[in-house]
Amino acid sequence: MYKLNNVSKKYSQSRREVQALDGVSLEIPAGQMVAIQGPTGGGKSTLLQMLGALDRPTSGTVTMGEQEISKVKDVKLAEIRAKDVGFVFQSFNLIPTLTAQENVETALEPLHLPAAERRERARAALESVSLSDRADHRPSELSGGQQQRVAIARALVTNPKVLLADEPTGNLDEDTRDEIMDLLEGLWRDQGLTLIIVTHDSAVAARAQRRLVIRAGQVKDAA
Amino acid sequence: MFFTYLRRELSGRRKQTAIIATGMAIAIALVIIVNSVAAGVKVAQASVLESVYGVGTDISVTETPVPPAAGAKLPGRFDFGAGDGTTAAGSTTVSQSRLTAGPGSQTMDATNVKTIAGVSDVKAVAGTLVLNNVTFSGQVPDKAQRQAAAPNDSNGPPTGGADGAGGSSFNIQSFSVMGIDPSATAVGPLSAVALNTGRGLSASDIGQPNAVLDSTYATTATLAVGGTIDIGGTAFTIVGTVDSTSGDSGTASNVYIPLDLAQSISSNAGQISNVYVQADSASNITAIQTAIQAALPATTVSTQADLAASVSGSLATASSMLESLGLWLSIAVLIAAFLTAILFTVSGVTRRTREFGTLKAIGWSNKRIVGQVAGESVVQGLIGGAFGIVLGIVGVVIINVIAPTLSGSASSRGLAAAGGAMRSAGGNGGGFGNGVGFGGGGGFGGAGRGLSQAASVVTLSAPLTMSIIFIAVGLAVVGGLLAGAIGGWRAARLSPAEALRSVN
Repeated sequence: MYKLNNVSKKYSQSRREVQALDGVSLEIPAGQMVAIQGPTGGGKSTLLQMLGALDRPTSGTVTMGEQEISKVKDVKLAEIRAKDVGFVFQSFNLIPTLTAQENVETALEPLHLPAAERRERARAALESVSLSDRADHRPSELSGGQQQRVAIARALVTNPKVLLADEPTGNLDEDTRDEIMDLLEGLWRDQGLTLIIVTHDSAVAARAQRRLVIRAGQVKDAA
Repeated sequence: MFFTYLRRELSGRRKQTAIIATGMAIAIALVIIVNSVAAGVKVAQASVLESVYGVGTDISVTETPVPPAAGAKLPGRFDFGAGDGTTAAGSTTVSQSRLTAGPGSQTMDATNVKTIAGVSDVKAVAGTLVLNNVTFSGQVPDKAQRQAAAPNDSNGPPTGGADGAGGSSFNIQSFSVMGIDPSATAVGPLSAVALNTGRGLSASDIGQPNAVLDSTYATTATLAVGGTIDIGGTAFTIVGTVDSTSGDSGTASNVYIPLDLAQSISSNAGQISNVYVQADSASNITAIQTAIQAALPATTVSTQADLAASVSGSLATASSMLESLGLWLSIAVLIAAFLTAILFTVSGVTRRTREFGTLKAIGWSNKRIVGQVAGESVVQGLIGGAFGIVLGIVGVVIINVIAPTLSGSASSRGLAAAGGAMRSAGGNGGGFGNGVGFGGGGGFGGAGRGLSQAASVVTLSAPLTMSIIFIAVGLAVVGGLLAGAIGGWRAARLSPAEALRSVN
């Protein structure tokens, strides 16, 4: 699914240059469930952004399937994100003024589907995360776990090849964490996704097929 | 999705929407009111000008005044010889009527009318001769009696004259007269009058001593259709009276007579004072003005726009205020409203960094996000525009209900010559006490300065036209687009990775 070849990423932060990734070479086969762990500031989120076509490396190449995403234009990157990648964030990142149904529909907007099809697919996605009865609720009217379910529905409604989750259980209690992980794991199994999860939580990482550890911008497979 | 998202954002961020819309509404209401009042003032100015220049006159041509030649006879001067007047009971009664060009006026060759008619794009031309009729009449003591008494001063007190004791009294009556071409009244002063009684002048009146009177003057001078009026010593039959079609203003002159008779009686053969020109299209006015000025370099060629500057009084003050205070206030409030909209939109984009970063992460293009931000701003602008239009209409209605009155009078170099109906035309009386006598002939100078401006009291109405509404809507859209474009540009510049990094 992914092939990273000597990927480095530097960026400036408060007049200081930060080496987020330092010559990372990595392959992730399609359909694998991968957990990425590491200390804060180690480069986990940066690596996830490279995989999610949100950013380009300073040097090196990132290939997703047959597409070298490190060299394509912004418009193409947006198209890749719309069709092939689903994101789940720690803070859910739902749009506060939209209902759960409408939040899920936002992911279908770039696909230019007819409104009826868009509504139907969003409804089905909410049903798949057991939130059909909360379709008309706004994020502020939902619990943290329910919000994350909406975010997962939004990420999966486009039938992506990859689901990237950045600390998906970071803001949840243990019970809800397990609930969400059960959901993600089930979807990964049922839909044949490549699931990549950035997490601090060893319990979450333990459920992955493969564990990567990133430290000072360098990635290693955990023993 | 676009409209759902837009509706949710606007209703979800009511405070921001209300502030932007309120600012826009105030600015647009002010623009509507200032524009409507400005249009009303222009209509009022045109009304004042029409009373003098007539409806449809685009250009007025006058001869540039030159100082009179040394020793030239003043237009209001009356000379009486020793044998003038009729003597009875120790008093001599004298009367003399003179029709002359008014003070400040300058005549020009009537062939200028043909020259101007030959200028391309000129639709209609009319020449007029503006005159002032002054009648001096009075009684003085019999001169022969005084001379007989002179060798011996002990012949007792003087006798004769207006008071029987050697005194004198006199009256000066004056009114404005305009010589017009009865066959060309489509343009010029008579185009702005309505018949009150009798009939107007027509081609058949050329060479005939027929006169049409301003109805107000006719009333004050107790003259009526069928009667006669003495003009320069010739009796004219009054065939009609006219009113101004411009509200309270008088017509351009007290009396209208055929141009040929006006020229011959006033000893201005082949002369005119003003030429009124109508262009075939408003877009040709400037070109015609230039062409006339080139063909007749000694003349002053004024357009309606030039003439508007000649309107004085509170109307001029209102116009000046609108041009300075009103215009700049509108611009200042508009800029403030636009800046408020821009600042709030940019601030909103900054607050929504996470939102836009997320949308970019799930595949929204920059174009789609810019469109969303711009759409929200335009709708906020339009909401403000709609309230602004309502507020503006309320303001205009209030002005129209109050209906303030403005006074205006038209005067300029050309206009002074053109004159105007003398609202207070009448006579001036005077007298000398006993002991004042005449020698072999005397004179009075300066009489007949009765030619006045056309003064009007105009009710200001602020017209509300569709063009003003379109301007308001256009401004609302422009304000919204401007804020949306700047806010959208900010949103487009957000890197999705940085946007997410800043919040995660």
